[in-house]
Amino acid sequence: MNVDDDTLYDDSGNETSGDDVDFVIDVDNASNKELHSYDDEYQYEVLSTDDIVQHMVDCIKEVNTVVQIPLTTTRILLNYFNWDKEKLMERFFDGNQDDLFKEAHVINPFKKVNAVKPKISNKLLGTEECDICFMVFPPTQMTGLECGHRFCYQCWNEYLTTKIMEEGVGQTIACAAHNCPILVDDQTAMRLLKDPRVKLKYQHLITNSFVECNRLLRWCPSPDCSFAIKVSYVEAKPVACRCGHVFCFACGENWHDPVRCGLLKKWQKKCDDDSETSNWIAANTKECPKCNATIEKDGGCNHMICKNQNCKADFCWVCLGPWEPHGSSWYNCNRYDEDEAKAARDAQEKSRAALQRYLFYCNRYMNHMQSLRFEHKLYASVKDKMEEMQQHNMSWIEVQFLKKAVDILCQCRQTLMYTYVFAYYLKKNNQSVIFEDNQKDLERATELLSEYLERDITQENLIDIKQKVQDKYRYCDGRRMALLDHVHEGYEKDWWVYSE
Amino acid sequence: MAGLSPSERRLQKELMSLVKEPPPGVSVDPDIAERNLLQGAAGTLYEGERFQLQFKFSNKYPFDSPEVTFVGQNIPIHPHVYSNGHICLSILTDDWSPALSVQSVCLSIMSMLSSCKEKQRPPDNAFYVKTCNKNPKKTKWWYHDDSV
Repeated sequence: MNVDDDTLYDDSGNETSGDDVDFVIDVDNASNKELHSYDDEYQYEVLSTDDIVQHMVDCIKEVNTVVQIPLTTTRILLNYFNWDKEKLMERFFDGNQDDLFKEAHVINPFKKVNAVKPKISNKLLGTEECDICFMVFPPTQMTGLECGHRFCYQCWNEYLTTKIMEEGVGQTIACAAHNCPILVDDQTAMRLLKDPRVKLKYQHLITNSFVECNRLLRWCPSPDCSFAIKVSYVEAKPVACRCGHVFCFACGENWHDPVRCGLLKKWQKKCDDDSETSNWIAANTKECPKCNATIEKDGGCNHMICKNQNCKADFCWVCLGPWEPHGSSWYNCNRYDEDEAKAARDAQEKSRAALQRYLFYCNRYMNHMQSLRFEHKLYASVKDKMEEMQQHNMSWIEVQFLKKAVDILCQCRQTLMYTYVFAYYLKKNNQSVIFEDNQKDLERATELLSEYLERDITQENLIDIKQKVQDKYRYCDGRRMALLDHVHEGYEKDWWVYSE
Repeated sequence: MAGLSPSERRLQKELMSLVKEPPPGVSVDPDIAERNLLQGAAGTLYEGERFQLQFKFSNKYPFDSPEVTFVGQNIPIHPHVYSNGHICLSILTDDWSPALSVQSVCLSIMSMLSSCKEKQRPPDNAFYVKTCNKNPKKTKWWYHDDSV
């Protein structure tokens, strides 16, 4: 990425409210602005790091027309107040400013600092020694901040790079001199840094909280991606980043239609909390028939006394009925069919059934997630196949159907995966039966498509396979749309009732 | 000095000036190369004692702070010095600046020793020495006392 020095702050460090007007860059009119829309009506904009910095600077300047302090100080203060301008103004004008600057860990810009005199090397008149590399330079190759500590350009670059890349510090970088509290302002940092990678990281660091605190902005969650998405209103809609990642703007997860953000979050929490554990519990434990505490029996006789201090129920491990009628025959339980024992077992069955139900949905959800990971391998193998087919007298355009098929396969898997989350929380009614039919249909078609794609394609069956794959993916795509439309219609007409 | 990296070049210069005009109470052990410094004590609780400091430099020096520990038989008994030689001193980690040098670190440690009023180990010495990383820079120091 090419970062232009001038784009960070376009006025020359002289903050007077009056001449700001000349410099305002209206980002909405920027020439490279592109509005995107993944689905029909939801529009958004993909912002590069430069664009974000620009937005941030505009916001800082707006505040600065009133408070009139250095831009970097304003940025740090705004950060401290989570970009709440009103709160900053209130504290700035009503409270003790000294306290405010101290709390935000930034020095009071109204206090004058005593600048140190540059060290003139006595060896050569008119040259200065850099306190970091101990080399002697002409004054033009040395630079510093208002505190007067001067170092050579190379050491500044190295110093800032270490801070940014090794220590991940960007918000506040102080002068390189020991114990000097003067902060390196953003403009100077950008001027002194050489490596575009470091500049990008620096911009990312200083804009991070600006993006996180702004409801209409969201970083692309894909690893190492530095773009952000800007919307005009927040809604659970898919947005596609320039890096290719498609995610839900409202929650930042992978695009998860048909299930809604809230349910998905609940589901993920449930999965994180107990999927592995519950497997083990189902296999190895029983619940106390009175208080439902989970019990593992690791030895001893069948006479159980619940350790739950509020319960202390006596019961038989075998039939789960109360212990009392068992009397002294504790080696054998022959009371299997008695009413009380039966009632206890029924209750147990119920809680076990709930677990079974969860595992049913969880397994399918995980299964599609797993397959989805494998499909990405499929892209690679399909690419090979496409190249091979082109060697067999097929044109580039004729073999594109394979890639399209994998695209659709992945979309179907992703949709299917989330239908199981939706289905888990869904209470049964007429519409849910239709939904499950749709789901079943889509699942069957998807598996078939997947199977076709894994088959060997030879010269002889090529035409035949192409026809079949195309038919199949068109069918899958159609079924997927039908399923989603049905769920969306249900959201509109309030068909769906949730169980938890 | 051709062929030296900037960090080697700087160390070379630091060593030369330390050998030529060492600060009072500090001397460089020429046998153990540039990494070892001997430090005699000032007119304080530690009068007459001699301590040995070891400096380890990464190739990022001076942007990365040196790893400084007391070594040898005599580890000073001081509330900020652990019995394994680790020193709790903010300029060695959080407050390090590339404008500091071996000389300024030595002077800081000297003044830290000199201002000590009672010879004792840090209160958590036993636990820390048992559990800490070999490299003191891996410790997240909590600088709770600025007076000594």
